[in-house]
Amino acid sequence: MKAGHRLVLFAASALGIAWVYCAGALNMPAWGQYRGPYGDAIAHLAVYQRHATDTVNAVTYDYRGFDTLGEEFILFSAVTGVMLLLRPEPGRPEAKKGKSSGNPASFRDRATLSETVQVFTTAIFGFSVIFGIYMATHGQLTPGGGFQGGVILAAAPMLLYIAENTDAFRRIVSHPLVEFLEGTGAAGYALIGVAGLAMGTAFLTNVIPLGTTGDVFSSGTIAAISACVGVEVAAGFTLVIFEYLREILSREKNEEP
Amino acid sequence: MTAIPGVGLLALIAVSALALVRTDDVTCQTIALSYYGLLLALMFFLFRAPDVALAQITVGAIALPLMVMLAITRMKHREATRRKEKEGK
Repeated sequence: MKAGHRLVLFAASALGIAWVYCAGALNMPAWGQYRGPYGDAIAHLAVYQRHATDTVNAVTYDYRGFDTLGEEFILFSAVTGVMLLLRPEPGRPEAKKGKSSGNPASFRDRATLSETVQVFTTAIFGFSVIFGIYMATHGQLTPGGGFQGGVILAAAPMLLYIAENTDAFRRIVSHPLVEFLEGTGAAGYALIGVAGLAMGTAFLTNVIPLGTTGDVFSSGTIAAISACVGVEVAAGFTLVIFEYLREILSREKNEEP
Repeated sequence: MTAIPGVGLLALIAVSALALVRTDDVTCQTIALSYYGLLLALMFFLFRAPDVALAQITVGAIALPLMVMLAITRMKHREATRRKEKEGK
């Protein structure tokens, strides 16, 4: 294809996209003018019906909890897929020990890490863990929730890796409990749903007592499901991180004196 | 009002998106992607969607760049190992 033809093709498609985009943008509701009836209805009902002050989480973990269950299992199967694809191959260098000089693939340059980075990342590790737990357990009160808290929790060990505390990092991410927690988190969500069936109502009905609005232990299943999702997401991401870095970690372990 | 910071932020996002696409080195691009995700989160926060902003920070600024970075690290490691094996023979 000649350059001239390519330009004509680009101009035609750019004009088409610009036209569709402008038509869409001009037809948008004005800033702050919400059209649908559901948002306002939910915003008025959520605190009264579910004792949850964060309406978004009342929707995700209760009103449309079944969708979120599906999303949770999307993540679960994605993590399983990554683990399956990245499983250690027999005969890869991982098995060979003590046969290396220097690590050219090391992501970090040992000589140039500043002490500031090391001290600062180690210091905020504890803060990140606390913040992740707070985020996962306060989803029913303030913006946040299990998913966000879980990712923060899973990212915390990476700070140790950046701070070159590889030993502690390896001990955390390769712990056998991580795998167990991932399964427990995913199963916990489904079991909370089944509890509704056992008590004679529909799947994922909010069967736990709702408590006082504004308390940490309020809003019934919303808080419980949020915590389960937090555990599942944190463990799932940790597993993926470990699977990606497994070879490099074992290589570094062999090299240490 | 939120109009002026909103427009400024949207312009910044547009510029960052262009810069992100124009970055050549993959590692630099990943860091730029993280920055871009953070800007999007700021936009969601400005437009009064704090829940979406938090999800955007965790996914767009932490999880996605982290996964890309891990994949790059692993690929580099594999390449280096393979090269060393060849040299050894």
